[in-house]
Order: sequence, then C-alpha cells, then structure tokens
Amino acid sequence: MKQKKDAPKKSWKHSLIKAGKNVGNALPIIIGVLLLFGLFRTFVPTSFIRQVFSGNPFKDTLIGAALGSIFAGNAVNSYIIGGELLRNGVSLFAVAAFIITWVTVGFIQLPAEASLLGKSFALKRNALSFVLSFFVAIATVLTLNLLG
Amino acid sequence: MMKEKKNIQTQNKKSGKGGYLFLGLVVLAYAGLSLYNAPKVLHALKVSARLILEIVPVLLFVILIMALLDYFLKPEKIKRIFGREAGLKGWLIAIAFGIVSHGSVYAWYPLLRELRSHGMREGLIAVFIYNRAIKIPFIPLMIYYFGLKFFVVLTFYMIIASVIEGLLIEKI
Repeated sequence: MKQKKDAPKKSWKHSLIKAGKNVGNALPIIIGVLLLFGLFRTFVPTSFIRQVFSGNPFKDTLIGAALGSIFAGNAVNSYIIGGELLRNGVSLFAVAAFIITWVTVGFIQLPAEASLLGKSFALKRNALSFVLSFFVAIATVLTLNLLG
Repeated sequence: MMKEKKNIQTQNKKSGKGGYLFLGLVVLAYAGLSLYNAPKVLHALKVSARLILEIVPVLLFVILIMALLDYFLKPEKIKRIFGREAGLKGWLIAIAFGIVSHGSVYAWYPLLRELRSHGMREGLIAVFIYNRAIKIPFIPLMIYYFGLKFFVVLTFYMIIASVIEGLLIEKI
C-alpha cells in the first residue's frame, strides 16, 4: 500500500527531470537561433524589405513568400511590416504570402528544426509551407475580391 | 516500431552534438563580424539577450507541459489521440493546440520530438506548427492592419492548408 502511494511521487519527479533534460538538450540550438536573429535584425534593416518589391503581383507574391521565409520572429512583426507594405502600395497577394511564410517557413530556424525533428521532416515541411503559401495567398485575395 | 525508436534515439544524440556545433558557428560569426563592426555586433547581442530573456517563461511553461504529459499521458494514449489511428479528433486537437500555443516555435520542438517518440504522427506535428501562424492575442492587431474579412478568410484557408500539409507530409 505504501509503495503504491510513493510511486506517483517518484514518477512526477522523474517526469520533471526528464522534461528539463529534454529542453536542456535543445538549449544550444535555441540560443544559437536567437543569436542569429539578433545578427539578422541588426544587419538587415526593415527598409530593405520595402525596396525589393517590383509591382508585378506574381513576382511580388514570390518575393513576399521568400522574404517571409527568411525573416523570422514574432508574428506581430509580420503584421506591422505587412501593414506598412500595403500602405506603400505592395499588392495584397505579396503581403498575405509574406505574413503566412513569416511563421510557417523558417529559414533561420531550419537547422534547429532539422536537428530536433529530423532533416527530412524539416525540409519537407518548409518546402510544402512555402508552396502552400502561394495558394493560401491567392485564395484569400480572390475570396476577398468576390466578397467585395 | 523498434527501428523507428532507435532512429529517434540516434537523432537525439546527433542533435545534442549538432546543437553545440551550430552554437559554436554562430559565436564564430559574432567574433568575425565584431572585427568588421563591433558596435553593431554589440547591438545584435543586446537584441538576442532580450529575445533569450523573453523565451525563458515559455521554456519553463514547455517543461511543465512536457512533465505533465509524461506523467499523465501514457504512450498508448498519445498513440490513440495523435497516432496512426488518430481520427478527426486528433486533427482538431492539433489545430487547436497550434493556435493556442504561444512563444517561439523552437521552444516547442523538444515537446514535439517527445510526442513523436511516443507515436504522434508527423502530419499532426506539421499541422501544429502551421497553425501557430494564427495568434489569438494578435488578432486585434491583424484586424487593425488588414480588416476583419481578411483575418477570417486567411484563417479559414490557413487551417485548410495546414491539414493539406499534414496529409502531404506523410505521403512524400
């Protein structure tokens, strides 16, 4: 009976230690990615993003998806930059693709994702997310046009 | 199944070494760039330090969730909810879990790896990551910039896209 009472206590401690170790193992990658973000944010100004759009909706959607894949960080930043881009005349196709890939595709965190979830999974997921961003962006804008 | 478990264990060992190698390379990049522009590198370091501090509560939250899942959820149950035989419920839980999860995605990788080692299917991991793009606390901001219609339509298509991605990732 006493053994039965003691067993869950041991298990909880074990679960907590196991969880701590798992996250601890991932720390070098997480810190590495965050250090990389710092470099990226400092050396690549956001004004650079605005200059690269051409005005062609198809090209801009591709550029938007590509930029969203490279830039990363909090989703809120993508809304702010996306909002600014829209105000500056960039097409909604491009802005939608930019917002989608900002979170769903992660060029900078690819090493971390590959290392923790497997190279094949990370490459397939990012490639699929990139391709799907086109369809989601196009479907979104066309639906909005239909709705008026 | 045994082979799959062995592969995950080997992958975990590799990720441990790979992580330090990756961190070392980033530190080297910092060192190299500091020779070219030290003040900017210092600024980058400050930006990173802030990001690292921001992620600490999320990591603690992740540790807690991982410990709770490990304590309460038996591998058989995880397999039943998120495994091969996962039905509509499994997909809906993965979508909801992705939407309500907060913090940086890389903080969630260890938990996803752990769940996968217990039988969570890759398609549902992909669904979870994809739906992290929908952030409940930032909905007002998205509506402010793009309007309510844009938010509703985009969210609808993103949820559909996440399921398509989840299905495709298991086929290719």
